[in-house]
Amino acid sequence: MGVFESLRMSLGVWLSRIFGKKRARIGIYGPPNAGKTTLANRIVKDWSGDGAIGTVSPVPHETRRAVRKEGLVINANGASIHLDIVDTPGMATKIDFREFMAYGMSEEEAKKRAKEATEGVIEAIKWLDDLDGVLLVMDSTEDPYTQVNVTVIGNMEARNLPLLIVANKIDLPNAAPSRIKAAFPQHPVVQISALEGNNLDELYHAIALHFG
Amino acid sequence: MDLISEEKLNRMTSMEKIRLILDKVKTGRIVVLESGLTPEEEVRLIEMTMTEIRVDEFSGIEIESYPAKRESSFVGRLLGRNSSKGRMTVIGPANQLRTVEKDQYQISTKVSVGD
Repeated sequence: MGVFESLRMSLGVWLSRIFGKKRARIGIYGPPNAGKTTLANRIVKDWSGDGAIGTVSPVPHETRRAVRKEGLVINANGASIHLDIVDTPGMATKIDFREFMAYGMSEEEAKKRAKEATEGVIEAIKWLDDLDGVLLVMDSTEDPYTQVNVTVIGNMEARNLPLLIVANKIDLPNAAPSRIKAAFPQHPVVQISALEGNNLDELYHAIALHFG
Repeated sequence: MDLISEEKLNRMTSMEKIRLILDKVKTGRIVVLESGLTPEEEVRLIEMTMTEIRVDEFSGIEIESYPAKRESSFVGRLLGRNSSKGRMTVIGPANQLRTVEKDQYQISTKVSVGD
């Protein structure tokens, strides 16, 4: 990115902070199967009353195209924040079609899904340039030090954009959200279950606080 | 396995580094970068990797590094950007390099040969 482009973006950030940004575009990121689409569906349902924006599946890379939901209004902390939510495909450094065959797919289906999944990762990366902030969703039952997490956090820090870590799946018995807090102490962490709807009020307060 | 020095990396452009890494990894080599990549370079490496995945040939990379160290300068603050210093990074073919354990201070990997 050139110096003038950086200056232009920086000026935009300053003006937004001074005059109060009316609408923020927030990307939902994370590794496959962290619960990004479950969370996106929950936010959309809670604040627009609309149906699901994406399908959820135990098979990784179910979301292979980014989906944007415009004009959500979240009321929290006595204020309203206007958001566009972008549910992005899961980020990964490797995609092997054989992984999908383990879920019962035919070889042909698995290869097609793998090809689409690689395109989805590229799309998720491209979206990083068009966001005002990120909700980084992590599975509380998994090791938080994945390269996807490290890379997304590093990129948001380099761009000086707000990041809120969502420690998801706290309803599961082996969830350990404290590991996520310990791994990334420099960023706010909210513990939720997008599936069960646990702690979502706390999440909406944090969204209003960090992206408002 | 190739260990690439910070001096060599500092002389290369981002694209040269990414090309060098992918060319080596696609031929089955493990690459260790003394000073790693910036977060922007890491994400471009992932993007390039996705374009080069081929069924039965190359399924992607395993990459492990520590969280980047942030360095905020006056110019960086003016531009609204923090510079990040990359840290030691290991990269290899996804079918040969597997991360066993990773924390803030140590990365343990398992390398399989002849796969």
